[in-house]
Amino acid sequence: MAVLHIVNKSPYERNAFNSCLRLASSGAGILLIEDGIYAAQASGSHSAQLDAALEKHSIYALQADIEARGMNDKLNPGVKLVDYDGFVNLTTEFDKVQSWL
Amino acid sequence: MATKKFLYVNRKAPHGTIYALESLEVVLIGAAFEQDVSLAFIDDGVYQLLHNQDTAGIGTKNFSPTYRALGDYEVNKIYVERESLHQRGLSKDDLMPLTWEDEDDDWAEKDSIQVVSSEEMAGIIEQQDVILSF
Repeated sequence: MAVLHIVNKSPYERNAFNSCLRLASSGAGILLIEDGIYAAQASGSHSAQLDAALEKHSIYALQADIEARGMNDKLNPGVKLVDYDGFVNLTTEFDKVQSWL
Repeated sequence: MATKKFLYVNRKAPHGTIYALESLEVVLIGAAFEQDVSLAFIDDGVYQLLHNQDTAGIGTKNFSPTYRALGDYEVNKIYVERESLHQRGLSKDDLMPLTWEDEDDDWAEKDSIQVVSSEEMAGIIEQQDVILSF
C-alpha cells in the first residue's frame, strides 16, 4: 500500500523532512510543496540527505512553489517537477497520503 | 525626537508564512519616522532576498521587488549572515542586488547588502536600541 508523503516545511526550520525520510518506506513517494521545496535544493547542508533519499523514493516538487521562491535553477535534477494537476494525480496514484505538517 | 537604532530581524522563508511580507511593510512604514534602521537576514530569512521570485503560479502578492525600494527610503544597512547563506549552499550572487544613492557622495550608487559573519551579526544586534523580530 504505497503512501505519498507531503512535506510543506523548510528542512532548515523544522524536522518534518527528516521525520518523513526516517519513516517513509522504500517505494513511498515524497511531494515537496510550499517551504518544503527548499529540501529539493542541489546544494546546502541537506543535499546529501536528498541524494540518499532519491535512491529509495520518487521525489516530486510543486513547480509553482519553486518559481515563487526563485529556486528554479538550484534544484537537484533527480527531483520531478509537477504542476497542480500533477499534484492531484499523485494523490490518486498512491493509496493514501501522509502530510508532515 | 532622538534617533534610535532599530533592527528588524528576518528569519523566515518568504512565501510559506506572512512574516516576511509583514516585516517589509513595517520597515517601509517605520522609514517615515527617520530612525536609524538596519535589517538582518538570518536562517531561512536569507531566502527572502533570492532573485527571480515569481509568485504568479501560487496566486499571492509578489512583494520581492519591493526590497529594491528600500534604498529610496534610506534603509541601506542590510546585513546577511554568511553562515546562513553557506548552510543553504547560497552566496551573495544568488541575492537580488540592493542599492542606494549616497547624496553626500554625488549620488553614487552603493551596495546596501553586507554579508557578515555570525560574530559581526552578534555585534550588530548588541548595538541596537530597539529590535523587532519576524
